[in-house]
Amino acid sequence: MNAPLNPVAEHLAGYNFAYLDEATKRMIRRALLKAVAIPGHQVPFGAREMPLPYGWGTGGIQVTAAVLGPRDVLKVIDQGADDTTNAVSIRRFFGRVAGVRTTDRTREATIIQTRHRIPETALREGQVLVYQVPMPEPLFKLEPRVSETTRLHALGDYGLMQVKLYEDIVQHGEVATAYNHPVMVNGRYLMSPSPIPSFDNPKMHMNPALQLFGAGREKRIYAVPPYTEVRSLDFEDHPFRPIRAPHACELCGSTESYLDEVITDDQGGRIFVCSDTDYCAERRGE
Amino acid sequence: MYVSVKGGEQAIANAHAWLAERRRGDAEQPEITAAQIAEQLGLAVDRVMAEGACLDRDLAALALKQARGDGTEAAFLLRAYRNTLPRFGYTAPLDTGAMQVQRRVSATYKDLPGGQVLGPSFDYTHRLLDVALAGQNGEPPPAPLAEAGVEPMPRVTGMLAQEGLMARDTASDAEPPDLTREGLRFPANRALALQAMARGDEGFLLALGYSTQRGYGNSHPFVGEIRMGAVPVEFTPPELGFAIDIGDVVVTECQMVNQFAGNAETPPQFTRGYGLVPGQNERKAMAMSLVDRALRAKELGEELTAPAQDAEFVLYHCDNVESTGFVEHLKLPHYVDFQSELEKLRGIRARWAADRGETP
Amino acid sequence: MQPGFSDPVLDAQSAFRAVLEAMSHPGRIIPVAPAPLPPVPLSPAMGAVALALADADTPLWHDAGAEAGDWLRFHAGSPLAEAPRAMFLLATGTPPALAGLNLGTEEAPQEGATLLLAVKSLRPAGVLRLRGPGIQHETALGVEGLPEGFWAERAALRPLFPCGLDIILCCDSQIAAIPRTTEVV
Repeated sequence: MNAPLNPVAEHLAGYNFAYLDEATKRMIRRALLKAVAIPGHQVPFGAREMPLPYGWGTGGIQVTAAVLGPRDVLKVIDQGADDTTNAVSIRRFFGRVAGVRTTDRTREATIIQTRHRIPETALREGQVLVYQVPMPEPLFKLEPRVSETTRLHALGDYGLMQVKLYEDIVQHGEVATAYNHPVMVNGRYLMSPSPIPSFDNPKMHMNPALQLFGAGREKRIYAVPPYTEVRSLDFEDHPFRPIRAPHACELCGSTESYLDEVITDDQGGRIFVCSDTDYCAERRGE
Repeated sequence: MYVSVKGGEQAIANAHAWLAERRRGDAEQPEITAAQIAEQLGLAVDRVMAEGACLDRDLAALALKQARGDGTEAAFLLRAYRNTLPRFGYTAPLDTGAMQVQRRVSATYKDLPGGQVLGPSFDYTHRLLDVALAGQNGEPPPAPLAEAGVEPMPRVTGMLAQEGLMARDTASDAEPPDLTREGLRFPANRALALQAMARGDEGFLLALGYSTQRGYGNSHPFVGEIRMGAVPVEFTPPELGFAIDIGDVVVTECQMVNQFAGNAETPPQFTRGYGLVPGQNERKAMAMSLVDRALRAKELGEELTAPAQDAEFVLYHCDNVESTGFVEHLKLPHYVDFQSELEKLRGIRARWAADRGETP
Repeated sequence: MQPGFSDPVLDAQSAFRAVLEAMSHPGRIIPVAPAPLPPVPLSPAMGAVALALADADTPLWHDAGAEAGDWLRFHAGSPLAEAPRAMFLLATGTPPALAGLNLGTEEAPQEGATLLLAVKSLRPAGVLRLRGPGIQHETALGVEGLPEGFWAERAALRPLFPCGLDIILCCDSQIAAIPRTTEVV
């Protein structure tokens, strides 16, 4: 909390700080605290319509708006990049309605709102990672009824998912999920990590940062506190395996980071570059 | 060397500039005003008001103008706006029996107290494109005026209930849930379901209502009554402690009469499907009343066989602000997940080929 | 009437962040600043947490007397509730029996109450050893002023997880949280 205080007067006239009214913030804050107290459990909340469409990060935006203060430094990424249009749009939104300082640097940020990635740079204590979640229910493809999945979570009955993964192995010789691979949190709740690539799943485990998840359309909030066990669902004889393209980044040469595949011509030409633009830039000394 | 695509900020600004230009259209044509939209495209405004869940015609007209006539986009603008408004409290329930009726029809009786009133309806227009309307064709001749009826207009369902033929929907003083504060919860009570449908998508409800008529759900509907008109809105400010009239809203109400076979405790009787929509929107009020009745299947001990009887299915999917957002979010970049999927598929294909002794 | 937050928007935000940090790191002592100066026996920390989180939607129980009650009603506006029905409980004396409070249900464990509990002192060292989510290895905590048998009473609730109570210990302008997941030995 050493960042300089931004003059709050700079936020958009006619709207409250961080857009939401105080009663809505309190409602979201109460849900967030219960989410942290019950790791991996989806807490229903009275999500509001936001001036951005449902499915475009309204859950993450509401969580960020409820957490954010004038001393925070905000980073917003989509697909690992700060300059994708939706990330730009959300960053501009908070610039306008909260007047907070924004950054591209993972290390400088106190709050990072993300869609589909966890930064490559290791997070530290005190940072908050806010995930945009389209479908909070890890079982939804197997059981679309919310009343039924609520019951299954209450019972801790995740047999449906075990069977699904097992059927994958029978059919394909391996688990077929490449992203949004379900995790068990603190040994109790099955949780959707949001559509991050399986590559990122291990970063959730015992992470020093606080991880908050917001699903606006489905009106659910959940959380993983720092230093909490997060295990990707797997089988002893088919352990979970994160996936990464077996190449080096064309720009920084990293063989550790998650890569985007870029098509360069119509002859099958392609190169691979880091998905995390800040990580790549830092490695190149930019 | 490869340089990644940048410039999101500039691209967004350019797109917005282009959008504003398209909204305006050919500058040779006079610019349309929100007031013109409110007056002359009234039914579009009514629909936006209902689906936007904000009963303000001027704002709905503005939203339609801003959205270039896209009703769903306009409803979304209105929804987002209403969330920034302070809440003063809840009004008293509307009494549609006290409606200043502009239209009232019943399909179940040839005549009834208060009479049938066709009102400003398309019903018996011949659907011939009126080329004269293409330009400015001046003022229409004034519609004939009649003395306002003094006879009360009791609701048809009430008359049936007097005879014991219609199941009474018992009044309740229980505080109804508030969809805008808490979201859906299941099992959803009828008040919550009706709230969701009142602001639900007209097209979705129309299709579902239609499906109940084609055998997807057991339905034998008669229009007991449709009425449309202005209803007074009453509010009790806590500091006053008594109700005051704060204005009128126009609503359309449909009461659909359905058969019910009865059971050991209840003699055979009619049951009600109910639809209430802000503004003039008969199509939606009728569709809503069909779906409302279908959703009561479980309560009435009927077999659940059809989509329209499935409360989770209907209520989770009737909101077009939610559904348009999620369908359209698929155009956002997904290349991180797609890349993971590519690597996964390549791996699985290699295994598939190896299992068959082939090289991939 | 003593004032509440001097800046209702930003002070509530920073008080909430203190609670969020405390809940994220059970047993860690977190300062709450700026905090209001509520009437005794409410401490600044307890007052700040109450104003940051409680409102007309949250039934509240307290044992802090009439003056503090007026202050809470004026600044937070929470309806008063019997202890078993309260979402927030502010205990400045001996807390009500924990097992009788709202612990939530298996399907809605988030409805379990939050207990704000006044203590005489909080020290980052002491006989208590805390383990669980939010704690990397182990956190030591020294607490004075809790009734005899309190920790045993709390430990008896742990098998009910995910149902349970989340506790925020308050002392002057500091807090330490003990969420339901934390094992205290």
